Amino acid sequence: MVELEGLSVTYGAGPTLVRAVIDVSLRISAGDALGLVGESGSGKSTVLRAIAGLIPHAAGSVVIDGRELPNHRPRESRKIMQMVFQDPYGSLHPNQTVDQALSAPIAIHRLGNAEKRIMAFLDEVGLGREHRYRYPHQLSGGQRQRVAIARALILEPKILLLDEPTSALDVSVQAEILNLLTRLRRDHGLTMLMVSHDLAVIAHICDHIGVMHSGRLLEMTTAAALAEGRVSNPHSQQLLRANQGFDASGGIVDVAA
Amino acid sequence: MSATGLRSGAPTGWSGWLLDPAPASRHQARCGRWYRGWLGLSRNGLAMTGLVIVLALVLVALFAPLFADHAAAFTQTLTDRLKPMSWAHPFGTDELGRDIYARVVFGSRITLTIVTLVSLIVVPLGLGIGLPAGYFGGWIDAVLMRITDIFLAFPRLVLALAFAAALGPGIENAVIAISLTAWPPYARLARAETLTRRNAEFIEAAELQGASHLRILFTQIVPLCLPSVIIRLTLDMAGIILTAAGLGFLGLGAQPPAPEWGAMVSSGRQYLLDQWWVATMPGIAIFVVSLGFNLLGDGLRDVSDSRAG
Amino acid sequence: MSDDPLLTVRNLRVVYPGDDGDFRAVRNLSFSLGRERLGIVGESGAGKSTTGRAIMGLIPYPGRVDADEMRLGKIDLTRLDEKGFRRLRGKRIAMVLQDPKYSLDPVMTVGKQIAETHRYHFGSRKKAARAAAMEMLEAVHIRDPARVYNQYPHQVSGGMGQRIMIAMMLIANPDILIADEPTSALDVSVQQQVLAIMDEMVKSRGMGLILISHNLHLVSSFCDRVLVMYAGQIVEVCDVGRLHEALHPYTRGLLAALPELGNRRAELPQLQRDPAWLLDLPAAVGAVAWSN
Repeated sequence: MVELEGLSVTYGAGPTLVRAVIDVSLRISAGDALGLVGESGSGKSTVLRAIAGLIPHAAGSVVIDGRELPNHRPRESRKIMQMVFQDPYGSLHPNQTVDQALSAPIAIHRLGNAEKRIMAFLDEVGLGREHRYRYPHQLSGGQRQRVAIARALILEPKILLLDEPTSALDVSVQAEILNLLTRLRRDHGLTMLMVSHDLAVIAHICDHIGVMHSGRLLEMTTAAALAEGRVSNPHSQQLLRANQGFDASGGIVDVAA
Repeated sequence: MSATGLRSGAPTGWSGWLLDPAPASRHQARCGRWYRGWLGLSRNGLAMTGLVIVLALVLVALFAPLFADHAAAFTQTLTDRLKPMSWAHPFGTDELGRDIYARVVFGSRITLTIVTLVSLIVVPLGLGIGLPAGYFGGWIDAVLMRITDIFLAFPRLVLALAFAAALGPGIENAVIAISLTAWPPYARLARAETLTRRNAEFIEAAELQGASHLRILFTQIVPLCLPSVIIRLTLDMAGIILTAAGLGFLGLGAQPPAPEWGAMVSSGRQYLLDQWWVATMPGIAIFVVSLGFNLLGDGLRDVSDSRAG
Repeated sequence: MSDDPLLTVRNLRVVYPGDDGDFRAVRNLSFSLGRERLGIVGESGAGKSTTGRAIMGLIPYPGRVDADEMRLGKIDLTRLDEKGFRRLRGKRIAMVLQDPKYSLDPVMTVGKQIAETHRYHFGSRKKAARAAAMEMLEAVHIRDPARVYNQYPHQVSGGMGQRIMIAMMLIANPDILIADEPTSALDVSVQQQVLAIMDEMVKSRGMGLILISHNLHLVSSFCDRVLVMYAGQIVEVCDVGRLHEALHPYTRGLLAALPELGNRRAELPQLQRDPAWLLDLPAAVGAVAWSN
């Protein structure tokens, strides 16, 4: 369903050139969930945005459902994949009600039946009639994220991209959203690509996990292998250790600027 | 001390409907939002004073005949020249025997006309130039901003004078002249706001849905830029009124016998020492109205800051 | 070092009046802090940051702070005005916030900011302040302090920025450090380092540390004692590493709701909020004797 071949993304030019993503290749079968982990600056979010077409890729190809997608995406091609962003505060327009946020994609693609669709998807994500006309600042973080998910699903995409969808949420809310995502994936047969720095969250949702560092995909592994510590790359091991809580034995490392 | 829950004392009635946390329609949601803003503004004493002054200007301008006698403002009675303040003439009379109070009242119409026309020109023009510059960037930004820079480089009054002199005297030309010099800061402001929001995730989400640039600009970015532009305009209003008065003072604005406040100050100059009321009364009017707009603008900015923060 | 608690709080109350009614952010909170690492965990809105700010007198108008007792050693915090608090901040109690990008002045070099703090508290001369700042930079394990001294906040990484904040906040030798989500904006491996540095500094100076966070595992593996807050009250107190023995259904619910590497469940048990948890606990039930 999703195929990346030698994908590279660069920012700037000449002396300020930044190679955000270097030669990344991966495959996701239909209905599968793949996770990308890594620290900030590893390029995982950039890969996601390149697949979504939000930023252009400098080299390599993005093939979705058998068709290679160019840098400039035509409107029709948007329907096949949608994205849920990290910050529930930033992904909804502050001056638009939930109703307006959900009506916009329907209007853009002239889908019709707006009333039914909006109510149906609000229901799917566990929100009610009372939330429909609220503004984002009147909703909790979890509720905002549900709206973002509803907005992503209202175009009935086949692929869902998720950029740290629960990082900004409380533990109890995170559990609700993760359960929601699991259920939606099952009910709609979605293919998912999720990015996170939290190994436990990724392992919960995704079957296959890719570890990224400094723009490169270091290794592909599975949730089971991670749990057993069967990772070969030292960066992956470091990531694994750091996720286990405070470990005083590590000692303090001097840092230079 | 309540045993349960964290909140106590929720409102009912009208304000209950407006502050309802679960609005049932777009209309209710929007009204609720405006109401909350109003509550914030109404707490600020100075802002309310400003609002009262501005409303007073509008009322006096619209219903001028109710406040003063039209004839008194225009009829020249040379025997009544330069009379001091009295019951018959609350602000005294000017050098042609006209009642200054009546002239100030009818002059408010001219002030309001200028202020309204300038706003209607400057806001769309500023947004129209600043928004695409910030949104598209690149050469569009460069070209539009250099044009803006050129207009900004001239001192406002001098440029207004030049335009007014070129176009000829008269109120419409004064409005055009002021607008042509006042728009650049709004373009800069719109551009700055757009640049700040340009990479927000909700814009990315809209792009991802396939929204066209036009749709994004109008439905997403304009509503974000509008508050700061309006606040700037309110604060700028004093400057606009003073520029108009300056043009009037130099004879380039409304022509006699129109009771334009600046022109009145100008013609009253020569009598300043002995019959001070001729120039001072319209001067006070200019001052009060400018102050009113300033206070209102400050209050609006405080309200929008607290909501955006 | 005496055995008296550094900070004593009894029945702290923080209320925010609003258009929609009064909001009670903190309700009858009681605890003591000794020379130990105390963690305060909870979800957003639980009141943990509010508690930290109330101790430092940073609750903005129109919020109201009130307590039966709030003492820093011998100083009664409930009677202090803004001037009084300003004498305490930095000198007796210090606070490290989440994102050094926002806490550091962007137009001044980091070294100068640390030196300024020293001059503000001690009235020292420029050279002495600079020397003290360099010493602090070394104390937080920054390898090239002279070079970092001249850098601007935007030139340093997040982890480095937090080390600089710690240096700045501890230069006046306060008794208590309140760290409000100090590692939430950092990468996991950097988090470890920053916590280790805080630990070293706190231990070597005999300070008390209050670590406020939403990250249960991190706090329970780092702190000596953990206070679990919900809706403005303390619902449970746990010792280090004993979080899994928690009794209160809220704490147990939170732990169960965390996804666990190696234990994949089809569905994460969702926290069932019992409205009974919102009831006011009897005053001073939450009061806890401090421990060595």
